[in-house]
Amino acid sequence: MMNKLQDFEQEQLRPEVPEFNIGDTVDVHVRIVEGDKERVQVFTGTVIARKSGGSRAAFTVRRIVAGEGVERVFPLHSPWIEKVVVKRRGRVRRAKLYYLRKRIGKATKVRERIGQDRDGKKKD
Amino acid sequence: MTRRMRKTILGRKLGTSQRYDEAGNRVQVTLIEAGPCTILQVKTQETEGYEALQVGFGDSSKEPKKPRAGLFEKVGCAAKRFIREVPSVEGAALPAGESFDLSLFEGVASVDVSGVSKGKGFQGTVKRWNHAIGPKSHGSKSKRNVGSTGMHQDPGRVVKGKKMPGQHGNANVKVRNLQVVSADAEQNLLVVEGSVPGPAGGYLTIEESL
Repeated sequence: MMNKLQDFEQEQLRPEVPEFNIGDTVDVHVRIVEGDKERVQVFTGTVIARKSGGSRAAFTVRRIVAGEGVERVFPLHSPWIEKVVVKRRGRVRRAKLYYLRKRIGKATKVRERIGQDRDGKKKD
Repeated sequence: MTRRMRKTILGRKLGTSQRYDEAGNRVQVTLIEAGPCTILQVKTQETEGYEALQVGFGDSSKEPKKPRAGLFEKVGCAAKRFIREVPSVEGAALPAGESFDLSLFEGVASVDVSGVSKGKGFQGTVKRWNHAIGPKSHGSKSKRNVGSTGMHQDPGRVVKGKKMPGQHGNANVKVRNLQVVSADAEQNLLVVEGSVPGPAGGYLTIEESL
């Protein structure tokens, strides 16, 4: 009984899931329909959370616009998301970076991860 | 009397999920395992005075009671869990013992789904009828009360149908005009937009919408 439900959700997933991690600074390319025209809007910010949930998986991107924090939650498998481009990898020790909400200015910066894979080990 | 015979099938709620439509909007969908249904008895104008089919769905894990056991034996099928009478329509195989599946619903755009809603027990009027609540503080004595049940000496009784506390849920509910997303006869999988009554695993009757 559960299998049909799981199979159905499997079908809803996008074929290629964009690769990014918590703390990364990303460009999210979002398709937007204005009237009958369609264009791509880019939302740049830090990935502060990823929520699992199969076809309902989502991620949250935070950025500061005109001194005001703006967060957008994107469904990972939404066809509106054209692509997610990683601009800068972040070195973080938490799965959810909600502590960034309380910080302002320079403190909101996430340390960059250079030449390391996700576990913090050095790459060849 | 010309009543339109609606295609009907029995099924079971698998659960709810979501999908994206052509525009990319998220839409809530419900997955229903519909059919195959075995025809247990054919009721005809001559013998019963009306045309209908008695059909069964889903195998039962219990030993059937004797009257039913006789029926299943006569038809020559395994004991069924969910038995209902449905109108006889073209396309559904006629003789008893035959079965039909979701291919009957090919080209059907919307369906009505009925089932037994989740039981909520004995509930007050606030939950049961969406009545407003009174003030919670300042000496209030009417937090979730029923309130007035009517007028004074005239009429001197409570009007029939007055919304009162009582059993909420666990009732027959029909949801109409659910859009069909897909009807896969091979997998016996019917996907409709929106929600249907009852818990996952609950039995449902699915009719073609008028």
